[in-house]
Amino acid sequence: MPYPIFVCRKEPAFLPPLIYLMLRKNWWKILSSIFLIYTFTAGFLGSVPIKPILNETIRNLYFHVAMWFGMMIFFMVSVVYSIKYLRHNKPSADIYAMEYARTGIVFGLLGLITGSVWAKYTWGDFWSNDPKQLGAAIALLIYLAYFVLRNSLTDMDKSARISAVYNVFAFAMLFPTIWIIPRLVESLHPGGMGNPALDTKDIDSRMRLIFWFGAIPGWTLLGVWISSLRIRLHIYSLNQEHHV
Amino acid sequence: MLHSFRLIITLFKKDILLEFRQQYSFYGVLLYVASTIFVLYMAMGQPENRVWNGLFWMMQLFICVNAVAKTFLQEGKGRQLYFYSLCSPVHFMLARMIFNAALMLLMNLISLLLFILLLGSPLAHPYVFLGISCFGACSISLVFSFLAAIAARAQQNAALMAILGFPLIIPQLMLMMRLSTLAFSDVFQSGLVSIVLLLACFDIMVVLLSVILFPFLWKD
Repeated sequence: MPYPIFVCRKEPAFLPPLIYLMLRKNWWKILSSIFLIYTFTAGFLGSVPIKPILNETIRNLYFHVAMWFGMMIFFMVSVVYSIKYLRHNKPSADIYAMEYARTGIVFGLLGLITGSVWAKYTWGDFWSNDPKQLGAAIALLIYLAYFVLRNSLTDMDKSARISAVYNVFAFAMLFPTIWIIPRLVESLHPGGMGNPALDTKDIDSRMRLIFWFGAIPGWTLLGVWISSLRIRLHIYSLNQEHHV
Repeated sequence: MLHSFRLIITLFKKDILLEFRQQYSFYGVLLYVASTIFVLYMAMGQPENRVWNGLFWMMQLFICVNAVAKTFLQEGKGRQLYFYSLCSPVHFMLARMIFNAALMLLMNLISLLLFILLLGSPLAHPYVFLGISCFGACSISLVFSFLAAIAARAQQNAALMAILGFPLIIPQLMLMMRLSTLAFSDVFQSGLVSIVLLLACFDIMVVLLSVILFPFLWKD
């Protein structure tokens, strides 16, 4: 058996076989688990530099910041698939775009929650109109609107095309937004206004190792895993409908 | 180049002509503007500068949603098919954007007049504010023109346009509000030139994106 997990009855006719094969490899799923186990153990047990105000909350770097990285990566992947859909009109690309956007929203929500809890203990409030918080809220609203748009259209082809157009437009508008808003509102967030962030003087090499070689790839691969499961489920259910 | 320019002008003229033929919808938006500002006047009286500014820009946003939505949503399927057979989507979209910007400019002038009449005028430099509000009205109308084109494809739903547009317009609206503080007092803030440049870049980007993406919405 070349693919031990999840053997579909019949490969869907409209999927390119290469992508289908890549969905079924195992090694990166194992890698993701190893990265995450490393992140959790080293992240919670390892020593961290003691900073005023931050103290132990600096460990949030492994979880909160990684969520944002994941979110941006998934939104980018989603847009790439939307462009692909517009260029080649393959239904599978649309499913990919949608599921990656969904995973991006989940990661964004988790990032917002972890960030708010962190802000409660360092800034004193869950929400303080920080530019990063505003940017995050705008990004989530935009992508939730994307799903409202999708669901308002019943014709599958039309829904795919129009939501792909909106996806590209919204993504192109989102980037300047994230760049503009910090110029309008003062930020307390690490990385802005001289606050500590990923600089060498703020986190030591141990933390950087866990962050770049544990948390970021671990969480991102987990997101890809979640998305690929959802994509397969989606395609499977489409095929079921097709066969009935 | 010249040919396509002439085409755009023709399409623009067609939009104006249509507007003259169907005056009820134009007066409808006008009445919307007047009654909303009147309600604001009843509710707020004559508010202070900050509130005045905020209300004015929110008003622009709602006027834009109504005025711009109208142009796309009132077109039936048959008429769209007719345009499809006549001209290219890029020309159509550009003409529509110019028309919407012109419509929004007019609405902007009327609403500014009504605001000053009813809600008082806290403006130290009215002409500066006039310039900024015209610029802002054009920017907002460009974004909403494209969103109206999307919403028109999706069940002709005006509420959908608000859902799609409001998160996207927040940064531009915030920049506009920041910029218009210039008109309220003599205090000069640094970085205002860069805000104007940023907004101009934003507008150019929106026009380019619409030109690239509209053909995909067009074919059905």
